[in-house]
Amino acid sequence: MERFNICIIGGGPAGLRAAIAAGSAGAEVLLIDENDRLGGQLIKQTHMFFGSEKQDAGTRGIDIAQQLVNKVQSMTNVKVYLRCAALGLYDDKVLTVLHEKKYRKIRAEKFIVATGASERMLAFPGNDLPGVYGAGAVQTLMNVYGIVPGQRVLMIGAGNIGLIVSYQLLQAGVEVVAILEGSPHIGGYLVHASKVRRAGVPILTSHTIMQAIGTNAVQAAEICALDSHWARLPGSEKTLEVDTICLAVGLSPLSDLLWQAQCRLTYIAELGGHVAWRDANLCTSEPHIYIAGDVAGVEEASSAMVEGELAGLAAAKSLGLARVDVDTAMSQAREQLIALRAGPVGEKIRTGLALAQMRGDEQHA
Amino acid sequence: MLKQTGVPSTDDLKRVSPSEVRLALGPVAIIECFQKIPCNPCATSCPQGAIKPFVDINDLPDFDPALCNGCAICVANCPGLAIFVVDERYSEDTALIKLPYEFAPLPEVGTMVGVLNRGGQQIGVGKIVRVQNPPRFDRTAVVHVEVPKCLAREVRFLALGANKR
Repeated sequence: MERFNICIIGGGPAGLRAAIAAGSAGAEVLLIDENDRLGGQLIKQTHMFFGSEKQDAGTRGIDIAQQLVNKVQSMTNVKVYLRCAALGLYDDKVLTVLHEKKYRKIRAEKFIVATGASERMLAFPGNDLPGVYGAGAVQTLMNVYGIVPGQRVLMIGAGNIGLIVSYQLLQAGVEVVAILEGSPHIGGYLVHASKVRRAGVPILTSHTIMQAIGTNAVQAAEICALDSHWARLPGSEKTLEVDTICLAVGLSPLSDLLWQAQCRLTYIAELGGHVAWRDANLCTSEPHIYIAGDVAGVEEASSAMVEGELAGLAAAKSLGLARVDVDTAMSQAREQLIALRAGPVGEKIRTGLALAQMRGDEQHA
Repeated sequence: MLKQTGVPSTDDLKRVSPSEVRLALGPVAIIECFQKIPCNPCATSCPQGAIKPFVDINDLPDFDPALCNGCAICVANCPGLAIFVVDERYSEDTALIKLPYEFAPLPEVGTMVGVLNRGGQQIGVGKIVRVQNPPRFDRTAVVHVEVPKCLAREVRFLALGANKR
């Protein structure tokens, strides 16, 4: 059985930065990812990132991914296993994996779970027709494989993902017929909304999809307006001719491994679903398991990267490794997280995180 | 309105518009950023110091139009593509708009293109005067389009290529 100081599960923005931080502190690190390449969602993010220079603001996600991967590959004490899926995480600090079709065991003193999130589905008649996609799938098809999903798209959801993927569809020469949003307000950054709006895409707030219409594939979508109680407004039904319906209705943390490892989990709506309790250093109720990125609460990639760094440093410090000034680096990471979440758009996250850091008895008091 | 449609209201725009006096003096940035999000590349990229360094990363840009020379470096650097440069002194009848553009193919200098307002409606025709796409703009081109002066405060996008309607 191979042994490491720290094993990181998930090679997205959080996992990559965790690997770099833990490796820099002097740990023997294993970073695993079930995909063919590292980068997670970053490899599809063609837009310039927000944040400050410390989080590579103004740089495109695809380029941030490349920089992080180059750094990881340059570190001799960081090993990477691709096509490696985590199966089980046990209290004797053993992780079982399926690596290139072989079942293996890996022992590490600390684990950082950075498994990200999965897309939510929306229930409506016809949602199983070919042509109904998750926004992440559309992004993968277009930006990783260079394939457009269709010619006329209806986007459901005006959060950042719905807005950004709509813009990328336009860039790929695909028509976006409309963006529907159930809530009365656009949920994503308004600058993203304005840039698709001025390219001619209507954003219909308080609107939803009633059904996808088609025999063998999507041919149309029936939509309607919603009143202030989210009930259908009779008479507002409309049929849009589209060949693709793209769902961008939110993400849920991928916390299966944390459940199995018996970490204490709580449902926190503000963070997207069930998340693990964690201390200020992102350590869960199981002292050998840390979390970082969307699995710790669905948020922007900028914060995921800083969380990865914090978890990587904290896990290394807990093992007595401190090739770099770990304490200073950790407090800088914490300050960056506070700054990124300080504004009005960070309010939901702040509320969720306050709950996620409470002890179980405090939550029920 | 902005939060329902993505189109800023007249009041929103009034708050970010340079004064009439400044607009009449030539090229100046108009920063159409209305929401506090954690983002500051406009301030760090401005070579003139016209956008003050942010105290809180969530601040709205603090912009001094008197220091701005309309260079448009912020136009290419704003991750939200929310900055435009307007030159109302460009000629007697026309104004020049510098806008961020990330669509292929890039428009060719000298061609006439449909010009769109913030709602995506075509409101006229403009002439492509220059296309800046140096490596340091990192694939966000800055397109200079000459439009009738009366449209200077409305035109914010081009009907072209992928977006031809």
